[in-house]
Amino acid sequence: MLEYFIPRASSYAVDIDNLFSVITWIVGFWFVLTQLAFLYLIVRYQKRSEDQKSIYMTGEGHEKHWIHIPHYIIIVCDVVLIYGAIVVWNQVKINLPEADVKIRVISQQWAWTFVHPGPDGVLDTADDIKTIDELHVEIDKTYHYELESKDVLHDFSVPVFRLKQDAVPGRTITGWFKPTKTGEFDIQCAEMCGIAHGIMVARLYIEDAATHQAWVSNPVPQLPSSQPSNLTISQ
Amino acid sequence: MDSPIATSRTRTGISTGLLAVYWLMASEIVIFGGLLVCYLLFRQRNPEWAEFAALTNVHLGALNTFVLLTSSLCVVLAHHAAENKQTDKAFKLLWVTIFGGLIFLCVKSYEYYSKFSHGIDITTNPFWGFYFIATGIHGLHVIAGMVCMAVVSFQAKAGQHLNRVELVGIYWHFVDIVWIFLFPLLYIAK
Amino acid sequence: MSDHDHHGPTNFWSKYVFPLDHKVIAMQYLFTGMFMALVGGFMAYAFRMQLAFPGEAVPGFGTVSPQNYNSLITNHGSIMIFWVAMPVLIAALGNFLIPLMIGCDDMVFPRLNRLSYQVFLLSIVVLFASFFVQGGGFGGAWTSYPPLSNNADYNLTPLGAPLWLLAIALEIVAFLLGGINFITTVMNSRAPGMKMYDIPMVIWMIVIACILFMASVGPLIAGSIMLLFDQTIGTKFFTVEGGDPLLWQHLFWFFGHPEVYVVVLPAMGVVIEIICTFSRKKLFGYKGILYTTFATGILSFFVWAHHQFVSGIDPRMANIFSVTTLLISIPIGEMMFAMIATLYGGAIQLKTPMLWALAFIAEFLLGGVTGIYLGASGTDIYFHDTYFVLAHFHYTFFPIAIIGTFAAVYYWFPKMFGRMMDETLGKIHFWGTIISFNCIFIPLFFLGMAGQHRRIYDYRNFPDLNTPEMQDWRIFATISLICLLVFQLPFLYNFFISMFRGEKAPANPWNSNTLEWLAPSPPPHGNFGPNLPDCYRGPYEYSHPDRKDSDYWPQNEPN
Repeated sequence: MLEYFIPRASSYAVDIDNLFSVITWIVGFWFVLTQLAFLYLIVRYQKRSEDQKSIYMTGEGHEKHWIHIPHYIIIVCDVVLIYGAIVVWNQVKINLPEADVKIRVISQQWAWTFVHPGPDGVLDTADDIKTIDELHVEIDKTYHYELESKDVLHDFSVPVFRLKQDAVPGRTITGWFKPTKTGEFDIQCAEMCGIAHGIMVARLYIEDAATHQAWVSNPVPQLPSSQPSNLTISQ
Repeated sequence: MDSPIATSRTRTGISTGLLAVYWLMASEIVIFGGLLVCYLLFRQRNPEWAEFAALTNVHLGALNTFVLLTSSLCVVLAHHAAENKQTDKAFKLLWVTIFGGLIFLCVKSYEYYSKFSHGIDITTNPFWGFYFIATGIHGLHVIAGMVCMAVVSFQAKAGQHLNRVELVGIYWHFVDIVWIFLFPLLYIAK
Repeated sequence: MSDHDHHGPTNFWSKYVFPLDHKVIAMQYLFTGMFMALVGGFMAYAFRMQLAFPGEAVPGFGTVSPQNYNSLITNHGSIMIFWVAMPVLIAALGNFLIPLMIGCDDMVFPRLNRLSYQVFLLSIVVLFASFFVQGGGFGGAWTSYPPLSNNADYNLTPLGAPLWLLAIALEIVAFLLGGINFITTVMNSRAPGMKMYDIPMVIWMIVIACILFMASVGPLIAGSIMLLFDQTIGTKFFTVEGGDPLLWQHLFWFFGHPEVYVVVLPAMGVVIEIICTFSRKKLFGYKGILYTTFATGILSFFVWAHHQFVSGIDPRMANIFSVTTLLISIPIGEMMFAMIATLYGGAIQLKTPMLWALAFIAEFLLGGVTGIYLGASGTDIYFHDTYFVLAHFHYTFFPIAIIGTFAAVYYWFPKMFGRMMDETLGKIHFWGTIISFNCIFIPLFFLGMAGQHRRIYDYRNFPDLNTPEMQDWRIFATISLICLLVFQLPFLYNFFISMFRGEKAPANPWNSNTLEWLAPSPPPHGNFGPNLPDCYRGPYEYSHPDRKDSDYWPQNEPN
């Protein structure tokens, strides 16, 4: 369902989307059922005449139907949802598959610096490619990102990957992603970081092998294909 | 102003004043507890804090512990006197307790002064931050307790609101107990 | 008993400005809370206009700069929670209802009661001061995470930040003081014969809310002192060099999660009172609801880090908190089912208070189920800090703070002011508010699903979010907000005009069982006159088979 709202561009986006769908089916069923029952009761038991009497229920005995049975069914649903949540979480945030490429993501008030390994393919060597506000990655390669902050909390957020991770100053946090679809997409900062939090945008370029190699040999800063229009801060 | 009828009812069998003091203590326990839990988390992550803790004066801390415990005893005796309507005795014992609080504050002031003169203050590092905040807020509670006891002592002497001697005593015990936690955590745990 | 003050204060100052009477103090809280709702609503108007028409001057405000925007959203959130929901649902309703519903003449500590309002008023003065100091009001979000919040070089509001924090601290102190009165009064001053299970549910809920508040706010107070000192005198508790920025998050949310139950319980209590009265039915499962509430309260202390899944906590902790968070939906669900079950076999009258009470259930249900996506750690990776979160919590908070408040006001207005409100205006207000509310926030779910993140003053900077379809949704939501605000006019008119010119209200216009309806409308000083009522049965004995000629059985009638 989520893919109708935003494209999928990472290997685990489909898993998060599927979890979303499972939640929607299970929870949606209960939601609709409850609302319909609720509406039915309101309509059915309207006071229509002066001498209409209500019943007097003590609550004992009927509780089985109204409370305990839904109660147990909901617990079963919860177990299913918990299982799904843990599986997806573990896949994205706990497991760390072997990296094909390592990059460093440095956040600060108010820009993103990305350090790509250069032609030698190794990070932290002399030929690294440092860019501001643009990240170039190759499709179908597993990336490890090392996320840092120079000042306050930021958040490395790539909606098409379904990825978010807070950047904490004083720490390097490692995560992973594997791009699965070429294109140009937003990178956001998703943690309040000050007055220019609203312009802390970067651009993600997912490239096929040839284009990416060409960029690595000649990393000219790119103009994004849709130019952001309001980059100045007026106070 | 006269109290409403509500104040005189006691459906639980416990007086409203006592319930109020218990509630107050419960709130304070969560506040001090929160502060001390933060301290412990920091302490666990920073073993070098043991060196800073070594700079506190254990002897003065122990003296202050003794002073507070003794003053708590005095306030218990004051309560006892109040129960027996011995208003003058209750008055005197409350003032002995207040005097104990005063000694505590003097010792504390001396400790603070000696830290400041060695260039240590609340901003030196988070250990000292916790030290000054925890003991400082505790000190404010000691002062508040002393003020309340002074007020109650005069009321008791005039034979009025004798039940408040017990209430102020319970508050003082609480102030005592907080210190009993602070002392080992800040001074001794090395 | 001869030394009790039967006549009450006589001059304007001691009656209305420095009152000791719980009903007047309740009105102070109610009117102040309503005023703050207008302030918070105005802030929402300003920032939503910026979102719909970015860069254009907002009528009545001017241009919304990025700094303005951050301050507006920060203070909108803080005001709605601390200065609207809590004062109205807990302080105003608690103050007004508790002595009346348990059958006594006032709170046990009237002077402490008066002091708590004064501290509360001071907190508002401090908050407003923060808007006018150099650098402007704090803009680091209502959650105030360091290092942004404890370093003026980062937040650029050297005075606004500590003033905002001080305002919140004062508000917390005011509510701790208020709690003493509420709990002690309910425990000790109940009418003779009113046993534990005879206490009206709204009173239980307010009491439990006070206990929850007290038990959860301590660590935040400690943390606030630490943060305030970081901001003002240079301690390093939450800095990177000396301390741990993430510790603040734990302290904040350890309080922040129980806090949502602190506000939801009184609202549910109000809804329960109204549903029983207007369906002429006994509450379904009183004891079940009570015990479930205790369970919810306790469980609420074990879920807090679901706000911090991607914040840098140990990822293994996330799964534990996901489990507890998904499980807490069970007791809340039970309470919702019990309220719905109460309708079964009833004789429902859709008067305005009942419309609001029923709307609470329908809307809160949506709020609750959308929380599942956020409590499930796997999906929260995507939804964290998006408009999906925002829509979820407005679908819970709006029913609590706005729908719950209106339900209470329409229901108890006759008792408070001795007059009836106009039913037609009430229904116009109701439908206008509910339809507008849904039109504001349903689009926000979709915007969140499309990846729109929070706290951004201008989405034109984000090419993927700068689509005409998404901007249409933003404009639609803003126009709906304006409709919502316009539909409050019939309420304000109804509220103030009815106070003076409404039809005179009898003591018990709704034929309800609870003790407050025994007192005259409005109740005089001392509430019930010289003879306080006794209690003979539970609060929800509607349509009892032994009562042949009446479908209700007031608590104070012996037979």
